[in-house]
Amino acid sequence: MHSKSTHDIAAPFSRRGVLAATAGLMLGLASISGAKAADDTIKVGVLHSLSGTMAISETTLKDTILFLIDEQNKKGGVNGKKLEAVVVDPASNWPLFAEKARELITKDKVSVVFGCWTSVSRKSVLPVFKELNSILFYPVQYEGEESERNVFYTGAAPNQQAIPAVDYLMKDEKVKRWVLAGTDYVYPRTTNKILEAYLKSKGVAQEDIMINYTPFGHSDWQTIVADIKKFGSAGKKTAVVSTINGDANVPFYKELGNQGIKAKDIPVVAFSVGEEELAGIDTKPLLGHLAAWNYFQSIKSPENEKFIKAWQTYTKNPKRVTNDPMEAHVIGFDMWVKAVEKVKSTDPDKVIDALPGIEAKNLTGGTSKMLPNHHITKPVFIGEIKANGQFDVVWKTPGLVAGDAWSKELDGSKDLVGDWVGKKCGNFNTKTNKCLGSGS
Amino acid sequence: MPANLSARLCSLLLSLFLIAFALPAFAGPFEDAVAKFANDDYSDTEEAIGVVASSGNTLAFPIISALQDGRLMADPDSKKVYVTGADGKSIDAATGQAVASVPDSASAVRLNNRLRRSVDAAIGSLTLQSPDIGARLQAAQSVFKSHEETSLEAVDGALAKETNRSVKAALGDARAAILLFKPDATEVEKLEAVATIKARGDQEAMALLTGMGDQPASVTKAAASAIGSIQSSLAVWSMVQNAWYGLSLGSVLLLAAIGLAITFGVMGVINMAHGEMVMIGAYTTFVVQEVIRTRYPGLFDYSLLIAVPLAFLVAGALGVVIERSIIRFLYGRPLETLLATWGLSLVLQQAVRTMFGPTNREVGNPSWMSGAFELGQITITYNRLWILVFTLAVFAILLAMLRYTALGLEMRAVTQNRRMAASMGIATSRVDALTFGLGSGIAGIAGVALSQIDNVSPNLGQSYIIDSFMVVVFGGVGNLWGTLVGAFTLGIANKFLEPVAGAVLGKIAILVLIILFIQKRPRGLFALKGRAVEA
Repeated sequence: MHSKSTHDIAAPFSRRGVLAATAGLMLGLASISGAKAADDTIKVGVLHSLSGTMAISETTLKDTILFLIDEQNKKGGVNGKKLEAVVVDPASNWPLFAEKARELITKDKVSVVFGCWTSVSRKSVLPVFKELNSILFYPVQYEGEESERNVFYTGAAPNQQAIPAVDYLMKDEKVKRWVLAGTDYVYPRTTNKILEAYLKSKGVAQEDIMINYTPFGHSDWQTIVADIKKFGSAGKKTAVVSTINGDANVPFYKELGNQGIKAKDIPVVAFSVGEEELAGIDTKPLLGHLAAWNYFQSIKSPENEKFIKAWQTYTKNPKRVTNDPMEAHVIGFDMWVKAVEKVKSTDPDKVIDALPGIEAKNLTGGTSKMLPNHHITKPVFIGEIKANGQFDVVWKTPGLVAGDAWSKELDGSKDLVGDWVGKKCGNFNTKTNKCLGSGS
Repeated sequence: MPANLSARLCSLLLSLFLIAFALPAFAGPFEDAVAKFANDDYSDTEEAIGVVASSGNTLAFPIISALQDGRLMADPDSKKVYVTGADGKSIDAATGQAVASVPDSASAVRLNNRLRRSVDAAIGSLTLQSPDIGARLQAAQSVFKSHEETSLEAVDGALAKETNRSVKAALGDARAAILLFKPDATEVEKLEAVATIKARGDQEAMALLTGMGDQPASVTKAAASAIGSIQSSLAVWSMVQNAWYGLSLGSVLLLAAIGLAITFGVMGVINMAHGEMVMIGAYTTFVVQEVIRTRYPGLFDYSLLIAVPLAFLVAGALGVVIERSIIRFLYGRPLETLLATWGLSLVLQQAVRTMFGPTNREVGNPSWMSGAFELGQITITYNRLWILVFTLAVFAILLAMLRYTALGLEMRAVTQNRRMAASMGIATSRVDALTFGLGSGIAGIAGVALSQIDNVSPNLGQSYIIDSFMVVVFGGVGNLWGTLVGAFTLGIANKFLEPVAGAVLGKIAILVLIILFIQKRPRGLFALKGRAVEA
């Protein structure tokens, strides 16, 4: 009975399970049966939106964790216990994320949570994880300026995505004029602030930077694309750095294609467009536009080929794509398993202390390491969009880049470091030798 | 005689020599360069492009154009490079000999943006004298863009022979661009070049003039005045451009709102599921295109024409079902209608999400809806133009239907005075169902058009519902002409605000303006007068 209810929740394509009400009902079932079975399984919480605006991106991550748990259980689980997924649906509703997180930790007694996508959802669950002392693995590239004891950031910090991408454009494409276009919320605004400071430190004049924000889901890009065209006709090589998020990308790229802006004239480098997003667009007019990530499906490595094959078999879809946040979950999950095996316990304090220093293979042939600031080391790749919706890697960093929790480009944060091993502090000021603590 | 003979001999020898030279087997540096394509290294490829393009070899053009289209295959093991033709036949790129098949280990030579620019420049100088006018024009334009000094000779050569007027003008522009950047060109040449480029008057001319670097004082001065005059003409054009963008946005708003103008405007049902009808129309387009892609690929350009009636039927039928099963029990209870239709919209979204998945579905643009053309100094994209035309056509048909058909007459009668209509023998409940179905069907048609410019995802409808209500309320409830004028007014106002205030502030400003306007005129732009309003 117990295993049956677990199966219902865990089955990746029982899409009838996505209605919030149904999920809640199942959750009730799971927690009733789970109380009895708490001793012989380790529970893993999955906190990703399965309905609403973010379902487009987050549903895949839920499937990824279920897939990883399935694989781990085939290997015998962790510390002799099977893993059991508890899936909840926060429905792209930021306050609901906090409620569902509390439910996972207090009611379902999960040992770890893999979840969130947008920064606002992460900020919404932070106090819950702090108060109840649990562990969150956050798999998405984000704006940085954060290092929390209870959170492990397996996505890219700005110095692992945005800064190398700008470096590439500056050196290889000799770009002199920059359009920073983004959706109007915290991630693009902070990233653009960091990029603006970085560009200025490299001698780019204010008049050569154009910053533009658009609302979520913006669909009429005619004016902005025409503006970009105009800005790009000042006789200097121009590029667009796009932090445009979610659905708005499709009409943006369509308009670029229709107005004839080719990558060889004005390249666009995007930080939120991956294989999954391209699945909805005709990519032929986008040939040569760029994306910066720590992983691309097209990268040839034995680990990656094995993963893609296993994933497509598991999802029973030979065309199912993989993407960067999925790889972040793969690394994070592996690290968590290793840490739990190391301390032979799922006690949050022990696992949190064990995680820094743990290494896990990433899918592109390297080994990522959890750092004391709870970020990881990652390689950075620049890929060009190909006609088949995949990326062709045109540049990569020579080695792995360590994630900075605090940007070195911003005045407010350049002296700060996160160090949960030596200093036991997420925002230690190296100038004044003081921990700012959570009050800052 | 002997002189003539020796001249003949000479020319024979010369041509023999030329043939021998052109035979790739003898050309050492050319072969070496071609082999470099197999190194999979961007700087090697760039070098190879340069050598091949300037080699004068007859294979240069086939190689470079194959490289451009991803048909140049290189085998990293044997360092052999092949050109595969569009017909599937392949030749060895170094020798020009036909090969039976390209080895499996060969893959297309990769390009990045820098290399694509070099390829364009190379193709440009190679095709300046192509027999095809289009190719020559394109070549002249790409030389204009790359304006490399090395192309000057080729441009001069082509100019001397060119007879077509527009190609000649493009070549003249290309020549001017090269001279402008040529350090040892004379001041007179440069001044002439500035004048030529000024005459173009477009953004590319601006780019060239602003980016030309150090020049003699007189040239800098001439360029500054040219920039000034181009700027002022572009400023006028940008007003025209804003107006066009406004019309285009207005047409999208009108299209999204026009179905609601029936269900909400005429019938008075606060229909929160209106957006989902639009979404269902878009998904119908997707399904139609999927079937066409798998079964009848030749029909792809007609996919939208097939989707329009289907979307109308699917969304319309669903509308009738919704009216019969839910809405008819809620007439006269606006709050309950609002809640029920809102709930219905969530159900429909989740149903589509379950059936088609949460990710975007790709709806392609038929060839006649892709691309753009230039009108003066503004770019008009075909998809926006067709949507404007389509919207006006739908509006006209709907208006005609309401005015001239029996059903239209019955609809107006029922919505204006239900009891009177009933007593004249009109089956009011049937008319209600059909009216709601008509509004929903038109929303479905809107979905077909919107699938061309927006995401086809379960959330498609949500992004239009607020705008739709805004348009209908602003234009005046119950008045189709009000909806038309309202949509275009909002579109144009938005597009004139956007460059000044930005997209986010622009949208806020529009909302504030509407709220203020509604305070002043609660019934919108065109208020219906008389008893109909109270019905």
